[in-house]
Amino acid sequence: MPSLKDLKNRIESVKSTRKITKAMQMVAAAKLRRAQDAAEAARPYAEKMNAVMGGLAKAVGDSEGAPKLLAGTGKDDVHLLVVMTAERGLCGGFNSSIVRLARNRIQELLGAGKTVKILTVGKKGREQLRRDHGDKLIGHVDLSDVKRVGYANASEIASDVLGRFDAGEFDVATIFYNRFESVISQVPTAQQIIPASFEDAEDEADTGTLYDYEPSEEAVLEDLLPRGVATQIFTALLENGASEQGARMSAMDNATRNAGEMIDKLTIEFNRSRQAVITNELIEIISGAEAL
Amino acid sequence: MATMQFDLVSPERRLASMEVTEVQIPGADGDLTAMSDHAPLITTLRPGVLKVSGPQGEKSFFVTGGFADIAGPSATILAERAMPVDEVTQEIMDELVDEGVKKRDEARKGSVDGAADAVAKFLGDLVAVGDEINLPVRSRVPAP
Repeated sequence: MPSLKDLKNRIESVKSTRKITKAMQMVAAAKLRRAQDAAEAARPYAEKMNAVMGGLAKAVGDSEGAPKLLAGTGKDDVHLLVVMTAERGLCGGFNSSIVRLARNRIQELLGAGKTVKILTVGKKGREQLRRDHGDKLIGHVDLSDVKRVGYANASEIASDVLGRFDAGEFDVATIFYNRFESVISQVPTAQQIIPASFEDAEDEADTGTLYDYEPSEEAVLEDLLPRGVATQIFTALLENGASEQGARMSAMDNATRNAGEMIDKLTIEFNRSRQAVITNELIEIISGAEAL
Repeated sequence: MATMQFDLVSPERRLASMEVTEVQIPGADGDLTAMSDHAPLITTLRPGVLKVSGPQGEKSFFVTGGFADIAGPSATILAERAMPVDEVTQEIMDELVDEGVKKRDEARKGSVDGAADAVAKFLGDLVAVGDEINLPVRSRVPAP
């Protein structure tokens, strides 16, 4: 049975933990709003980009000279997985859910006899993947110094990926990130970026307008495809950012609530033991008086 | 005069959305001006100054990289970097040019045909824009 002093100390300690988690929750809430605004602001660009590229891809896609970024290298032996996670923990299952999805994919690909290479964005994913897939890590992008993710960051990652593609290091690239659905729900998502696929853009692009292209369809497409990759990575980064804050917010909300429950329990225990001590003292006094 | 819907978006935000009568676009193959009911056209952009004029007066934007989608009643410009001309500073231009020079030197070393030419053209366009908006950057470009 813990002494009164011990209980008191524990209550104090849980109380300060609750203060910290509460503060983290509020910070996450503020950051979440900013992240959501950023994701919102980026949407028109990404949507338009997708629509135009979807239309172009349809027009050029089947021809002989289609760019490799669109048509692929003709093989799918080497897969590059770009795993995007957070730089920091304490955000519930956010990081592990992405890593789990990536792990499953790795097993699947290895089972099918493919070669897997991994590029990690964010420290947490690298730490988790290094344990059993350390030999497959070929690079890491560190965003821990970046306060606010900008297009420039996405562009850097994209040029890294594209450089490796041009050097023939892989045939298919897939990005892994958490899509932001709501504060309580983030969906781990795998999205193929090379060769480009435009399944969702099809309907939008097919508006029936016949465009002129300057300089030419192929040249425009060649110019746009790398930008499309950067845009997709940028969107993923923003979604990930919003998801991370959302996940942290609900994780910290839970933690705050648990701390509250624990404080209640400890307080009851504390009161009971105090009562027991008093009762004990009374019994001692009474039995002492009776003995006289 | 008939107006058209004009939107200028960069990956990070929507810079402008308004009714205009004409848009002057620095296309990859040369400048062009689009007015309402222009034939549908998609063109890539070179670094340059985009000018719009309409009921709300004239506005100029500095843009690099991206494309313009012109279709009848609307013109949408997607630019990788875009900002109002008066917000462009010497530092921004210098940074862009230095980046370009670095890329050019890298491309020269590489064996990809045309890559160096493309970057050189990009640099040339940048220098031209610099002159146009009075932020000269010519001196930063070393002779090849």
